[in-house]
Amino acid sequence: MTVFEDGSRCPGCGRPRIVRHAELFDLSIAHMDCDAFYASVEKRDTPELADKPVIIGGGRRGVVSTACYVARIRGVRSAMPMFKALQLCPDAVVVKPRMEVYVQVSRAIRAMMEELTPAIEPLSLDEAFIDLTGTARLHGAPPAVMLARLTRRMQDELGVTGSIGLSHNKFLAKIASDLDKPRGFAVIGKGETEAFLRPKPVRLIWGVGAAGQEALERAGIRTFDDLRRWERRDLAHRFGSMGDRLWHLARGEDHRRVTRNAPVKSISNETTFHEDTGDADILDGHLWRLAEKVADRAKAKGKAGRIVTLKLRRADFRIVTRRATLPDATQIADRIYRSARALFDQLGAPGPFRLIGVGISELVPAEQADRAGDLLDPGAEARARAERATDAIRARFGENAILKGRALR
Amino acid sequence: MKISMERATLLRAVAQAQSVVERRNTIPILANVLIEAEGDTVSFRATDLDIEVLDRANAQVEKAGGTTVSAVTLHEIVRKLPDGALVVLASDEAAGRLTVSAGRSNFSLATLPKEDFPVMASSEYGTNFKARADVLRRLFDKSKFAISTEETRYYLNGVYMHVSDSEDGRVLRCVATDGHRLARIDAALPAGAEEMPGVIVPRKTVGELRKLLDDDEMEIAVSVSETKVRFATPDITLTSKVIDGTFPDYTRVIPQGNSRKLEVDASDFAKAVDRVATVSSERSRAVKMQLDEDRLVLSVNAPDSGNAEEELAVAYGDERLEIGFNAKYLLEIASQVDRENAVFLFNSSGDPTLMREGSDTSAVYVVMPMRV
Repeated sequence: MTVFEDGSRCPGCGRPRIVRHAELFDLSIAHMDCDAFYASVEKRDTPELADKPVIIGGGRRGVVSTACYVARIRGVRSAMPMFKALQLCPDAVVVKPRMEVYVQVSRAIRAMMEELTPAIEPLSLDEAFIDLTGTARLHGAPPAVMLARLTRRMQDELGVTGSIGLSHNKFLAKIASDLDKPRGFAVIGKGETEAFLRPKPVRLIWGVGAAGQEALERAGIRTFDDLRRWERRDLAHRFGSMGDRLWHLARGEDHRRVTRNAPVKSISNETTFHEDTGDADILDGHLWRLAEKVADRAKAKGKAGRIVTLKLRRADFRIVTRRATLPDATQIADRIYRSARALFDQLGAPGPFRLIGVGISELVPAEQADRAGDLLDPGAEARARAERATDAIRARFGENAILKGRALR
Repeated sequence: MKISMERATLLRAVAQAQSVVERRNTIPILANVLIEAEGDTVSFRATDLDIEVLDRANAQVEKAGGTTVSAVTLHEIVRKLPDGALVVLASDEAAGRLTVSAGRSNFSLATLPKEDFPVMASSEYGTNFKARADVLRRLFDKSKFAISTEETRYYLNGVYMHVSDSEDGRVLRCVATDGHRLARIDAALPAGAEEMPGVIVPRKTVGELRKLLDDDEMEIAVSVSETKVRFATPDITLTSKVIDGTFPDYTRVIPQGNSRKLEVDASDFAKAVDRVATVSSERSRAVKMQLDEDRLVLSVNAPDSGNAEEELAVAYGDERLEIGFNAKYLLEIASQVDRENAVFLFNSSGDPTLMREGSDTSAVYVVMPMRV
């Protein structure tokens, strides 16, 4: 490791990329985010693609899953419908995702991180939190140096690049990794946290989507500065359980630990149709199959959800979501299906739709679920018992040993 | 328009209006209260398009007329004015302003033209009757806790008010349920209500109605049509759409053959349930009731946080029974009992349980047990 005070190039390797920060060697919580991960892997494996705009995604009807930086210059973004991406960038090479390969590369990156610390929290194949607190003596170098070496190793051995955000908690580390992309290394120190956050929009908070932003905006909160002006009690009053977290985040505080097994917050499944459909029977069949998948996963995890969410994407790509809070948490497919179906019936927005999804959230342990019967639906208990019996039959004789007629539509 | 009135009278009228106004709405004029002055009365009208409240009060009217102004702002101002103040409201149509003055305080508020204010379409009320405030209060207060909040079961998001037969003849009956508990409250049928169509009075209307019912002896004029319901005192008229849906056949939900009878002091019971439930932090806390001869043991077992047990002396003569309930539901029905002992009638640990006050069948509650 080389520490030097001035000069615009590294005296060791002669490269111009230099990170300076007063707290550089004191910070130890990082977020590593690969740069255009799927696209980088494709370019690595097919060198002819190197300077071409590459989009990873499935077919004309799908959406962009990753766009390389060449395609991004043309305005292509993740989650953009493919036809729109191709309008912006007609010469793009569209590559079908090869998940097995990405998983392999991801595992290799994970192994490199494991060499640094066991405190890794993967968020997806291509990003993870890394806590290097207390590892300086072991490695003989501070976290910042080990992280720089990690990205260099990723580039040299795996041919993919990543950006590092280094800070004093997860929230800021995640924001930092996005500041200097690609091949970035950004630092947010304790000393500058407040000044850094104040003018920033609250949408930087991970988990604040369009709806959350709207709720905050209705309260007159656009920036962290706005958020700081709120009393802790008022925030809790207005935003419930999220309020307290917002109060801390406004001050750049985040006490969540980097843990390998972050608790599951929701379980959901969705299907994109080959052809847009508004046919109630077809949609109903999908609803049932999705409810069953969600229930299967919930049962496997020993979880149950209090909130059932229905998600639909209309032909014009607008997303419609509806949620229902159940009085009693459930992991029974029949209950999930009936709630989703009631939400669908009340939608009042006719199709056609191109995607349908069902999910459960506000998860509780299975022992706390499905304990209360329904006065108005005495058949519910019997159907739940039938479902448990079906589960037992499938466990013994295979997935297709027994099916509901509705699953065949 | 120019009127002056005493602060307390104004505050009462405006308070009623601003509670009807929907906080989050996209139509600006719905945030406003319509103020109209004529003769020696001034009326305040507010609506969320489902409920309309009209409040009349005496005032010194210097100049007749009307305007609309933000209900919440006006309420806040009047609330903060000193007690006993004389408040003058004067509108300047040309400038689109309403000035509010009291003593040395002066406010000028933006207005919207009164012509734009939506007035609820009038309805043909086929049924009109009068009922005392304390009678209506009992009907709705004792049933409203069971109203469902599940939006997918919108037809349960209110109290079903209808005429029914009971052991004591024809009654005016209110029923509410969320599928886990049910409340069925009866009152003597008022003259004129015989032909009333059954209507589902929405939760918000039930809340607004409650504010009209504080004076026991006040006669409330009730008008009902297929689509609307109206409650009126001499000063206040509350009109509401009813929920457009079919209330389920609740009669088959009420158990008839439950024979295992437990009699317990409702207040002691509620306190004990509340105490043992403390150890559980789950959202739906389950309380187990173990019944033996003249003995009830309440217990909560929460593996993560602890367990609790309490024994109560009760009257019970049937065979041993173990049954679980959601603590919140037990507390809510037990707190409806105000005069006598609570009487529970059980069948088995999986069947709905019935609760009533002593031998009084004019207030009956049903609660679904919970697996423990």
